[in-house]
Amino acid sequence: MSLIEKVTATDTPLLTVAGLTKNYGARIGCADVSFDLFPGEVLGIVGESGSGKSTLLSCLAGHQRPDLGQIIYDGQDVIAMSESARRRLGRTDWAYVHQNPRDGLRMGVSAGGNVGERLMAVGARHYGDIRAAATDWLGRVEIDADRIDDRPRAFSGGMQQRLQIARNLVTGPRLVFMDEPTGGLDVSVQARLLDLLRGLVRDLGLSVVIVTHDLAVVRLLAHRLMVMQGGRVVEQGLTDQVLDDPQHAYTQLLVSSVLQV
Amino acid sequence: MIRIENLSKSFTLQNQGGAVIPVMAGANLAVSPGECVGLIGPSGAGKSTLMRLVWGNYLAAGGAIHIGATDVAQATPREIIALRRDRLGYVSQFLRVVPRVPTRDVVAEPLLQLGVSQGEARLRAETLLARLNIPQRLWDLSPTTFSGGEQQRVNIARGFIHAYPALLLDEPTASLDSTNRAVVLELINEAKARGAAILGIFHDEDARSIVCDRLVDVTEFTPQAAA
Amino acid sequence: MNDATPEPAYNFAYLDEQTKRMIRRAILKGIAVPGYQVPFASREMPMPYGWGTGGVQVTAACLVPEDRLKVIDQGADDTTNAVSIRRFFARTAGVATTTRTTEATLIQTRHRIPETPLHAGQILVYQVPIPEPLRFLEPRETETRKMHELEEYGLMHVKLYEDIARHGQIATSYAYPVKVSGRYVMDPSPIPKFDNPKLSGSPAIQLFGAGREQRIYALPPYTKVVSLDFDDHPFQASKAAHDCDLCGAKASYLDEVITDDLGGRMFVCSDTDFCTDRQAHGKRGRVSAPVSGDAA
Repeated sequence: MSLIEKVTATDTPLLTVAGLTKNYGARIGCADVSFDLFPGEVLGIVGESGSGKSTLLSCLAGHQRPDLGQIIYDGQDVIAMSESARRRLGRTDWAYVHQNPRDGLRMGVSAGGNVGERLMAVGARHYGDIRAAATDWLGRVEIDADRIDDRPRAFSGGMQQRLQIARNLVTGPRLVFMDEPTGGLDVSVQARLLDLLRGLVRDLGLSVVIVTHDLAVVRLLAHRLMVMQGGRVVEQGLTDQVLDDPQHAYTQLLVSSVLQV
Repeated sequence: MIRIENLSKSFTLQNQGGAVIPVMAGANLAVSPGECVGLIGPSGAGKSTLMRLVWGNYLAAGGAIHIGATDVAQATPREIIALRRDRLGYVSQFLRVVPRVPTRDVVAEPLLQLGVSQGEARLRAETLLARLNIPQRLWDLSPTTFSGGEQQRVNIARGFIHAYPALLLDEPTASLDSTNRAVVLELINEAKARGAAILGIFHDEDARSIVCDRLVDVTEFTPQAAA
Repeated sequence: MNDATPEPAYNFAYLDEQTKRMIRRAILKGIAVPGYQVPFASREMPMPYGWGTGGVQVTAACLVPEDRLKVIDQGADDTTNAVSIRRFFARTAGVATTTRTTEATLIQTRHRIPETPLHAGQILVYQVPIPEPLRFLEPRETETRKMHELEEYGLMHVKLYEDIARHGQIATSYAYPVKVSGRYVMDPSPIPKFDNPKLSGSPAIQLFGAGREQRIYALPPYTKVVSLDFDDHPFQASKAAHDCDLCGAKASYLDEVITDDLGGRMFVCSDTDFCTDRQAHGKRGRVSAPVSGDAA
């Protein structure tokens, strides 16, 4: 069965979110968010600052505890899980790409060490094998193999971001959370990163939840789109449909506000 | 293969007092396998709107759009994505790509989505690009810097790289010289010959007469006409 | 050696009884969970932080009047610190003291394990500067506690990986991290890695005290202690490739002593008691005087 057949044959969602709510005192963080995510699918979450998208992402990734709602990953109740199990999930099946690569890398550890860490965390104990896997992954994110011993401090922003992606993907996660992965990068560097991400999603059958305020990024990367405003999802659907034929007032406003280049 | 029944569409401008603009009503249209139907009508009459509705880019207000067994008007986003992957192709007027991706990879992409090996996908892309007279030296470059005609041909290559049973073509021969126009018309005829159902917009009357088996005037579907 | 009369102004071994109870409770917890760092309320001691306050508090809590105490610093009984601490306990506890490893009931050590194997009934107290093996890679205490709790030790191997990548081998030569009873990763204090094998399966009780960082941990007798390594870069207990120039010992950890300004040097056993004992039994090294009676 080809990857595509495998992916399209799956009828069970990889991730099911129901009624997810997180409040900060009297303020709404995110309210009553529900969606399904299937293998090989990229879900974009857009909205302006304060829309609740970052709160949603951090609840999904297990960084914060929601007040209400359920998160079911691969049949397991993520919220009811022990912290140890959740952390383990975060090191193996899940990945989290931070907006600022410094938050997702160990700056004082070499590129190879950064990529190898997740392998060592799940018990890899052969130096040669670890180094070979690290070299392989650096190649996949288009970082020269001879930079394997350099520290991320010596890398450009785009390279750091690609290193963060390699570090996250080395254990073959199925679900990747991304928080503005191209924010802060030069426009030309963004393009390269987007293409890399598309290729990885396709080749590895990854499911991705990507939070961004950049509509151009979601158009290129996401299959489906959720628009958030004031903590709530106001519209969701096929990415190009939501962007080209927006139904909700806020979405229409958002789309029409984008500067055309 | 493509069957449109009683399709209607309106736009609601939420930020302008909720003004409702009906643009289509009572559209009925069927395209059989091997047939090419051309949409005609003045600018703004709704030709592109109809295409976008079939593609799933616009939400239908009512009616049905059957592509094989799938009703696009009712389908979930996942189902539409699956449809677009192997059964429905679309050559739009504009080339929208990730910047900096080489032309060869842009064209090969639909095949990679279908699980074709990278080597084979690239080879088929190159063959098609050569046929469309895109010189080899351009294959490694991003098409964003190409001329209008070159971009259009890259768009076409991407749309024809896979044998879609249903195809939507929006002005496929605009900005092309006669040589390349001929190649495109050849491609369309080949698609028809293998049983594809094609819906197209051709401003070029000659092209229309060569490939279209029937013409449908979309002004029949404007709301005043239906009323 | 010196049986000084204890100072009447101090409680036995300086610390008050309640403090000793608190420390003993921490020690018992440490022994119950080998390798786990037990927080304790470290007291002010009459020596600054960094001079062995942790070891001194553990020793003070363990001492009974019948004990015979040995104190070594980098293997030697006669350095300033060793002498000071030994005298401190002679004054405040009045216990007998000794330099003979075999005769001691409690040994406080800074940065070495004696060469002479210990026997059941002995206690070895280590002075520890930084008890947290992960500290230099992960500065957050909240995070390192989580890592120990959840047995997330991948980062420890990252450190070893970095060593190999940078130096071609694991360059850590002291304070080499170990895994205790297959569960906790522990810093064995800055002992040379040569001493690591002695940690495992020892008949003695081994106690570790960090005064400034306020932690106590322990290895009960016959605990399995394994030094961390990679399958293709196994742990090696290495030392200088020399014999002791005084007693000729081949398998003892050596100090390098510069003898002149022309690059002259000699290697002598770091463990002074061990070396002296061997010489007393007629063993000789390159620079030591021949045994009387030998032909010149």
